[in-house]
Amino acid sequence: MSENNPTRQSNLPDDQTFERQLARRHTRSGVWRGIFLMSTLMGLIALVALFGNVINEAFGTVAFASKLTESEISDVPLSELDGPALAALLGEYAPRRLRVIVRDELSVVSAAEFTTVPVSVALAHAEMPESMADRTITELSDEEVIQLLALNLSADQLYDHVQTDVIGLELLKSWPLSTTLFDYATIQAEFDALVEEKDPPNPHLEFRSWLNWDFVTGSQSSYAELAGVRTAIVGTLWIMALTMLIAFPLGVGAAIYLEEYARGGGWFDRLIEVNIRNLAGVPSIIYGLLGLAIFVRTLEQLTSGAVFGVTGVNGRTILSASATMALLILPVIIIASQEAIRAVPQSIREASYGLGATKWQTVWHQVLPAAMPGILTGTIIALSRAIGETAPLIVIGASAVIFVDPGGPFSKFTALPVQIWQWTARPQEEFRNIAAAAIIVLLGLLLFMNSFAIILRQRLSKKL
Amino acid sequence: MTQRELLNDGKHAIEIRNLNVYYGEKLAVKHITIPIARHKITAFIGPSGCGKSTVLRSLNRMNDLIPGARVEGEVVYRGQNLYGPDIDAVEVRRRIGMVFQKPNPFPKSIYDNVAYGPRVLGIRDRRALDQIVEQSLRQAALWDEVKDDLRKSGLALSGGQQQRLCIARTLAVEPDVILMDEPCSALDPIATQRIEDLMKELSVDYSIVIVTHNMQQAMRVSDYTAFYTTDESRIGDLVEFNRTEKLFSAPSDPRTADYIAGRFG
Repeated sequence: MSENNPTRQSNLPDDQTFERQLARRHTRSGVWRGIFLMSTLMGLIALVALFGNVINEAFGTVAFASKLTESEISDVPLSELDGPALAALLGEYAPRRLRVIVRDELSVVSAAEFTTVPVSVALAHAEMPESMADRTITELSDEEVIQLLALNLSADQLYDHVQTDVIGLELLKSWPLSTTLFDYATIQAEFDALVEEKDPPNPHLEFRSWLNWDFVTGSQSSYAELAGVRTAIVGTLWIMALTMLIAFPLGVGAAIYLEEYARGGGWFDRLIEVNIRNLAGVPSIIYGLLGLAIFVRTLEQLTSGAVFGVTGVNGRTILSASATMALLILPVIIIASQEAIRAVPQSIREASYGLGATKWQTVWHQVLPAAMPGILTGTIIALSRAIGETAPLIVIGASAVIFVDPGGPFSKFTALPVQIWQWTARPQEEFRNIAAAAIIVLLGLLLFMNSFAIILRQRLSKKL
Repeated sequence: MTQRELLNDGKHAIEIRNLNVYYGEKLAVKHITIPIARHKITAFIGPSGCGKSTVLRSLNRMNDLIPGARVEGEVVYRGQNLYGPDIDAVEVRRRIGMVFQKPNPFPKSIYDNVAYGPRVLGIRDRRALDQIVEQSLRQAALWDEVKDDLRKSGLALSGGQQQRLCIARTLAVEPDVILMDEPCSALDPIATQRIEDLMKELSVDYSIVIVTHNMQQAMRVSDYTAFYTTDESRIGDLVEFNRTEKLFSAPSDPRTADYIAGRFG
């Protein structure tokens, strides 16, 4: 019999047992709390380790040697000189490299033919004065070759050549940030040993931030210390913009159809829906293969721009990459938009219909504006996923090294993740440094996009 | 007057004839026949689930929006069956407007809420819209409270104001009939009072059908009352239709008497 309620037979523990059990129950919940805290900490540790690793690689000490120093050859900083001045420096300090540079950068014929055919043939795409056209490269004077370089190479390219051929800046070794901060003695010792062993000209140690403005704005180079990610950034921005342009209307359109027109529909509509949900989980490389088959190969005439009169490119263009990325994120956009549209209260639709609005008027004037913040959030999350995707771009055939910024949908391209992947695949230590710097740039771009999305969303919701 | 006589006196905004409504396989209400008198207020009362809202929503084809909903019988408006083959539901809803249980202004400004209907009908002229908005808000007795702040969000108004905004929004498309689905159930007594006063004013120019849970409200505002209930199989059924004072003072069916005496429902 329970004390409180004498008419009720109690099967519950008596007060003493209860108190003993209570302590045990509290202990158990304390243990679980600890386990959950641990899980959170593990995630945090992983995040810190990731950032730590990237930052560790992106900054550090480097040892350089150089044939000449900048101040020995020019009164003005080299980066401020224009093309002709840089070409002149090349002629003054590295006359024997002039024709090699022309061959490497401009020649369209084989190395053997290069010296024997007229320059108008050897450099078929280059600009040159009429007077040079009929002679071979060896018959041109040094001044004329300098003129050729100034006419046909960008200041960026010439700057890189001055750096490599005149100054001859040679990266001896690089050390990560952790060693720089906590074990500088080792760096000094290794540096001294290096100098002793190789006796390089003008050796010096300097602290280097691999992530710097020149890196962000610089073009590609096969030397890590000169390489930049501008072409990759431009490529990524182009791809993202076109992807958005393709995927957003298609995704929102499909979501509107599924939510507003096909609701409670037949087996066919349900089949579509299930498939879209499954598509969201397909590995990205499969989309890459699909893109390769459809956009790069089958639709080559379209994606290479041939039907629009663009020549000289194959289907491995920004347009193909964007179309593939659009396919990749389409299911995510559709699902997010569907959820946003479903979250619009039915009462708003009823009110609109009740005033004699048609379905389309209701969707356009009421449902879409109310769902827009959610749709945009979903789209940006999808784009954030796309911006870091590497596999499909590699399958489609992002160019390994391009020096020219992509200028439109029919350009060859590279993108940040592809660039990072290529750099990390190189054996030289210093490419890992610039890969880390590029990762920071990519993360920065991602952060910028996400904050833009948040601002946009808040401004849209405030209008209500 | 009997139901038959009421049907035949030719003064009806809408005549519901032998209406059955199904949701999927399930019959929700059966054999409903009610005349809706022109420029009068008709109240639908009854316990929950008796189908009074279902009948109301079939008057402007709002049930079309529910997948699986199906209607048999006729709803005659201006001599035409609203469920006839060449009737456009969009046109019907413009003529027969609706005010909902929960105030549901669009998440837009007061002005845009009222102007939405006319805009949907293709009116773009700024002056005409201004005029419609002012006239509708005046009719809904909201103008004096909001005239200085028409750009304010409709959602920033109080519940009662929101409901009057919804009424103004309905008036803006110049309907004949206004259907009100428990328009005061989410409002406090003072806001309710204002809506009831408004309904009486509006009944001079409009035919109004109101669904209400509140018998006192039906007694206060309506000219005619229809009492519904459900049978054992949960199918809604019309028990009695009559002039309001008649139905409440001398109900002809014992179930009506029980309900208005508060013995069930």
